[in-house]
Amino acid sequence: MVASFKDVLKSGEFVITAEVAPPKGTNLESAKHHIELLKDKVHALNLTDHQSSVMRYPSLGTALMVKELGGEPILQMTCRDRNRLALQADLLFAYSRGVTNVLCLTGDSVVVGDHKEAKGVFDLDSCQLLRTVRTLEKGYDLAGNQLDGGVKFCAGAIVTPEANPLEPQLIKFEKKIEAGADFIQTQAVYDLDNFKSFMEYARPFGVKILAGIILLTSAGMARFMNKNVPGVFVPPDLIEEMSAAPKGKALSAGIKIAGRMIKRIKDENICEGVHIMAIGREETVPDILAAAGL
Amino acid sequence: MIRSITQPKSDEELDRLLDGFTRLFIVGCGTCVTMTNTGGVDQVEAMRKKLLEKGKLITGHMVVPVACDELSYEILEEQADKIEPAEALLIMTCAFGVQTIASQLKKMVVPALNTVFIGKETGPGTFQQVCLQCGECVIGETGGLCPVTSCHKGLVNGPCGGTNNGKCEVDSNKDCVWTLIYNRLKEFDQLDLMRRYQKPKNYNVEPQPGKYVFNAI
Repeated sequence: MVASFKDVLKSGEFVITAEVAPPKGTNLESAKHHIELLKDKVHALNLTDHQSSVMRYPSLGTALMVKELGGEPILQMTCRDRNRLALQADLLFAYSRGVTNVLCLTGDSVVVGDHKEAKGVFDLDSCQLLRTVRTLEKGYDLAGNQLDGGVKFCAGAIVTPEANPLEPQLIKFEKKIEAGADFIQTQAVYDLDNFKSFMEYARPFGVKILAGIILLTSAGMARFMNKNVPGVFVPPDLIEEMSAAPKGKALSAGIKIAGRMIKRIKDENICEGVHIMAIGREETVPDILAAAGL
Repeated sequence: MIRSITQPKSDEELDRLLDGFTRLFIVGCGTCVTMTNTGGVDQVEAMRKKLLEKGKLITGHMVVPVACDELSYEILEEQADKIEPAEALLIMTCAFGVQTIASQLKKMVVPALNTVFIGKETGPGTFQQVCLQCGECVIGETGGLCPVTSCHKGLVNGPCGGTNNGKCEVDSNKDCVWTLIYNRLKEFDQLDLMRRYQKPKNYNVEPQPGKYVFNAI
């Protein structure tokens, strides 16, 4: 029996979460393999919700699979594809099946994904979805009707500490905390000195923060993210370190960097934990943890 | 001034819509579509030539001053002898014009344009959407800038994580309105307005199709 994510957050232990991507189709073997590989090595597994607006097997279905395999799921829910009725219904369903952690996201635009002509819903936003969770917990739906059987969630949200401009994001971050976020998983951070100053600002709010760690797989990937992923900044020295890796060893260099960052975050107690996103390379997460001395 | 912003339909679509019609009367408009170069005198003439090359018979053409105005009927009436033999009207106006004329004349109408948004000219040849007519105006708390219209996701509680250097996730040529709102509220020392929680929007203010009966006193 794994500890509930909420208990882990309370325990004061260094919290580790990782991400599993649902498949494009019904072949669940790879997702199952990743869940089995990681479920006992991390405290909880995030299941992405049509990540980057690319249609996939549902996050809810994959979260159920994590439960079935004995892990602790964090259900990612975006507001892109469902209106307030559907979001509430999925929260009821998730809770009824033991999925009790939810990460509330606005969601990427449909335009960045593979169904560019689809209608983006955005009936609610991330702050409103968090408040929806808290409203359902009081036994009512958003229309004020009483529920027959309630819910109880550990609800989280995200923040982008490297966003430019940062201040509007921080205002939103504070609104998410006011809305009742129990934890925050950040967008990828690489410059830990910068992140430390973000944490100086964020710590007084008392919300548990897990630093986002995206595994670098090549110098090109780092440059691509700098150019194309909003709020992600890989400093030149890390790109240099990736470039300097011998041919065929770039992934090892990325694992080493991720491990080193996690170790520093833990050793210096920069924040409460890390959220590892080894996009497409989930099998490397144990190596990253080993590199971090965990 | 409020403008209806239009774009021409593709040739393929127009060919499909005009399939089966041989005799056409073309209508343009002297207002918004003249401004956007999509349905003014020059575009109507170019369309006339293009359709002639495609073997259509153009019974006549006219650029009415304001197609969406009820007066268009009287102006088009003067062309009755040219409209009558046409099997369909090819209308190079925004959807308001097409629908106005469709309601006035007993003819099949074929729109030549797509109406993209209602906006204003912000510079020479540059048009920007300003209002979605959501029925629940929020700009009293955003410094007069509309996030419902100008944020790609219509977010009312602040920017999404896709904003980048003040630009929008979907197009780096488009401003992130939440960056603009932040700057404006900061200038007026009103950032607390941005900190206010905005509850989910009411999409039932005026259920589509909108209809409003003004009760005169």
